[in-house]
Amino acid sequence: MKKQPMRMREKIILRVVSKAFIPFIFLFALYIQFHGDFGPGGGFQAGVVFAAGIILYGVIFGLDTMRLAVPERLMEYGIVLGLILYGGVGIVSLISGANFLDYDVLNAHDPTHGQHLGILLVELGVGITVTCAMTTIFYALAGRGEK
Amino acid sequence: MPLPIEIVLFIFLLTTAVVIARLEDLFAAAMLTGIFSLLSAGLFTIMDAVDVAFTEAAVGAGVATVFILCTLSLTAKREYQQPTRILPFIVVGITGAALIYGTLDMPAYGDPDAVPHGHLSAKFIEIEEKAFLSQDKHAAEPAQHGSGEKAVGLPNIVTSILASYRGYDTFGETAVIFTATIGVMLLLRTRRREKKVSPPNRDQMETTS
Repeated sequence: MKKQPMRMREKIILRVVSKAFIPFIFLFALYIQFHGDFGPGGGFQAGVVFAAGIILYGVIFGLDTMRLAVPERLMEYGIVLGLILYGGVGIVSLISGANFLDYDVLNAHDPTHGQHLGILLVELGVGITVTCAMTTIFYALAGRGEK
Repeated sequence: MPLPIEIVLFIFLLTTAVVIARLEDLFAAAMLTGIFSLLSAGLFTIMDAVDVAFTEAAVGAGVATVFILCTLSLTAKREYQQPTRILPFIVVGITGAALIYGTLDMPAYGDPDAVPHGHLSAKFIEIEEKAFLSQDKHAAEPAQHGSGEKAVGLPNIVTSILASYRGYDTFGETAVIFTATIGVMLLLRTRRREKKVSPPNRDQMETTS
């Protein structure tokens, strides 16, 4: 694995094409994430597409470059952060006097807006966890072959 | 009556599956699993399950293929040659036949009278549709409040069910992903090597722990 990324990096077509594509993959992932209320998609799909973009970067440019762009530690914290965000929304609704994960109470005036806010936050939590989980698994697998 | 494109995709799917089973070159087999996932994603799109198609294309064709290739770089590139054994083949054959026999009882694709469409799905769709229509007419009025049937009011009903009606389940799923990743990290990750590019907080973490 140590030698392979070096060879990948020397392939100019792969490098240029992937560099052009990766921003659009991220943009598409964000679209899936935040447009999930209106069209197909949601946190899980967005997270996986985002992770696919990060992993593509890692495959082409090598693990060391990837570690500079996406620190391993950050990804590990992200797995927990997403889950805490999801659970936190549930706790907030619990404190506000409703059931766990009942988003109606998140907006005092309009329960529908509360639902929208709750779903947005919850999907964001899923997205963060999935992105970071996939990236961490890639680090764990690819990091083994480094030595 | 299945569409012609469905028949073509299923034939491709079947061919790919048989070729994967017979190939000895694991690298080619890994790439073919990616193609298998891509074909499945195409089928899901035709069946209007775009969410599932997204996931299949990104996980199956993208991320999982990379994971398999990573694994191959750690192990062998070719399959270990084994003498042909008849008993496993019989067991797999019987299991496959039993599974196909089981599908005969399943409702036809798109059957509106199928059991899953019977009670809950119909209820969800009814509540959401009512709320959505009333939302269009008088936007200020809160949708369906107080009648015991609270609507989420999103245009995409899949998201409504997944994140709100079934929010508890999705929380559990996220926790499963979390737990699975922790397991993979514990099993696979090697000790962090001391590198020139170490972020400062990592050093702090290691000295304090």
